[in-house]
Amino acid sequence: MNGARTADLGVFDGRLAVFGGPYNNHVALRAVLTDARRRGAERVVCLGDLGGFGPNPGKIYPLLEEFGVVTIAGNYDRSLAERLADCGCGYTHPADNHFAQLSYDYTNRRTTDAERARLWALPSEARMIRAKRRWLFCHGSPRRVNEFLWESGCSDAFLERLARDAEADQVLCSHTGLHWQRRLPSGAAFVNVGAVGRPANDGDPAVHYAFFGSGAAGASAAGGAAEAEFVRVAYDHEALALEMEEEGLPPEFVETIRTGWWTTCLEILPAKERARGRF
Amino acid sequence: MTQIARIALRTAAAPKVPLLALDTVWFQVAGTLCNLSCSHCFISCSPTNHAHEIMTREEVRRYLDEAAALGANDTYFTGGEPFLNREILDILEDALRLGPATVLTNATLITRARAESLAAMGRASRYSLEIRVSLDGLTPETNDPIRGAGCFDATMDGVRELARAGFSPILTVAQTWSDEEDRALRAAFHDFLRSHGLRRPRVKILPLFRIGREASRTRGYAAEEFLTEEHMRGHDPWTLQCSTSRMVTSRGVYVCPILIDSPDALMGQTLAETLRPFPMSHGACHTCWATGASCRN
Repeated sequence: MNGARTADLGVFDGRLAVFGGPYNNHVALRAVLTDARRRGAERVVCLGDLGGFGPNPGKIYPLLEEFGVVTIAGNYDRSLAERLADCGCGYTHPADNHFAQLSYDYTNRRTTDAERARLWALPSEARMIRAKRRWLFCHGSPRRVNEFLWESGCSDAFLERLARDAEADQVLCSHTGLHWQRRLPSGAAFVNVGAVGRPANDGDPAVHYAFFGSGAAGASAAGGAAEAEFVRVAYDHEALALEMEEEGLPPEFVETIRTGWWTTCLEILPAKERARGRF
Repeated sequence: MTQIARIALRTAAAPKVPLLALDTVWFQVAGTLCNLSCSHCFISCSPTNHAHEIMTREEVRRYLDEAAALGANDTYFTGGEPFLNREILDILEDALRLGPATVLTNATLITRARAESLAAMGRASRYSLEIRVSLDGLTPETNDPIRGAGCFDATMDGVRELARAGFSPILTVAQTWSDEEDRALRAAFHDFLRSHGLRRPRVKILPLFRIGREASRTRGYAAEEFLTEEHMRGHDPWTLQCSTSRMVTSRGVYVCPILIDSPDALMGQTLAETLRPFPMSHGACHTCWATGASCRN
């Protein structure tokens, strides 16, 4: 893989949209990108994991191109690029791994050589200077592509250390599929942008992404950290559900798309996040 | 060759695991004191084993402060049986102010009042409080020969109180069955928990460590079950818990929760003193390497 290649996004204070995990959900991705454009986002960054879960992986790439999205690699993208045997999500339980393997095998079979080459070329992180602060875009955590940063599972002290070690004032991450943000005592901030490929386990089929306004409104709040607006985007989830059924994907996945509740890969959730879901 | 000479040789040949980051701090908060005497216990805990003593809230707090200063993330509290420690609720409250915490219990001492106190504490914190409950069989007939007469019923009473208070305890099972039976048994544990009112069942399976009482229940480690540099070639050190955690007991800071009966695993008196590589010279190290096991959730 490309190792620790960093994409330098330079100095940028304009409107910014950041999202994670399209997971083959091209219907939600188009809705999110259209929404971001309508809000005047001048830059759009994707935090990786293009494949998995949804149908027909090839439909994601043209969308990223059409909207000029800057993309960094997630663990899924690395696994596909390197033709690994599994997604490398970092699950520890066989029940989680069973379903993760089904979607990985599906996506792997349908990924072309040309697409693998594109995944291979993705940088592993991106950096930007925004309102004079150092922003870092990563997939899992600044140090590991498949590390889960859950809201109830990360101490302030730990996040401070991750930010300090990565020489960042604001960290944007994904991988968990649940969005949250926290400003730390030092003034550094973490924003987990969640995922646009799967609802947030809240009983609502809609998905979320993070939007940052320009200038004083968003780039630099009083304390220095920029607060994300988590934008809820409803989309034609029934169209996706039907396409998943046509493709013979597991009914458990389709149920999540229709209901907004996660049905698989739940063992990894900490107590608080798990308790909010139905299963 | 004397035993001391043999240990020295093994240590010299053992591969060293770097401490990549101090993410997790464990506390032997009840020492080696337990109301049970399970036949597979790798540190031979019992009502009379004082090898490690119960820790005071003050002692724990000192290490919690040091852990936070070093940027640690989460804490785990074990024993022995943590609920033998009279200050356990205060200790957990201190821990939850700083980060996520997990307590490992046999649940036999979980009363309704305790379950409710724990639940209130969990709700009040921004961090997750996880309860892990040890059980080794789905019936008294399979569980109690390992964990003691009456233990199954007492544990399930505790589990029901935890479920009633809103917890989804993680059932922790030591794998006393073959790999072939594994899949079916995991599913059976899930169904079992659902049938006892847990809507979101969680199960963690741990490998057996052939030390402590387990060494005489089955067998100890064989001569070839030790690690060399060869084993570590291409092995990701992040998968070994000794690369990201340390264990605090009344005697000081050990490399991991498993090896607290091994004098050479005592690495210092403060966490800062233990931020250095550890030679994986023990049979138990071979188990972690071979199974990818971690004591974390």
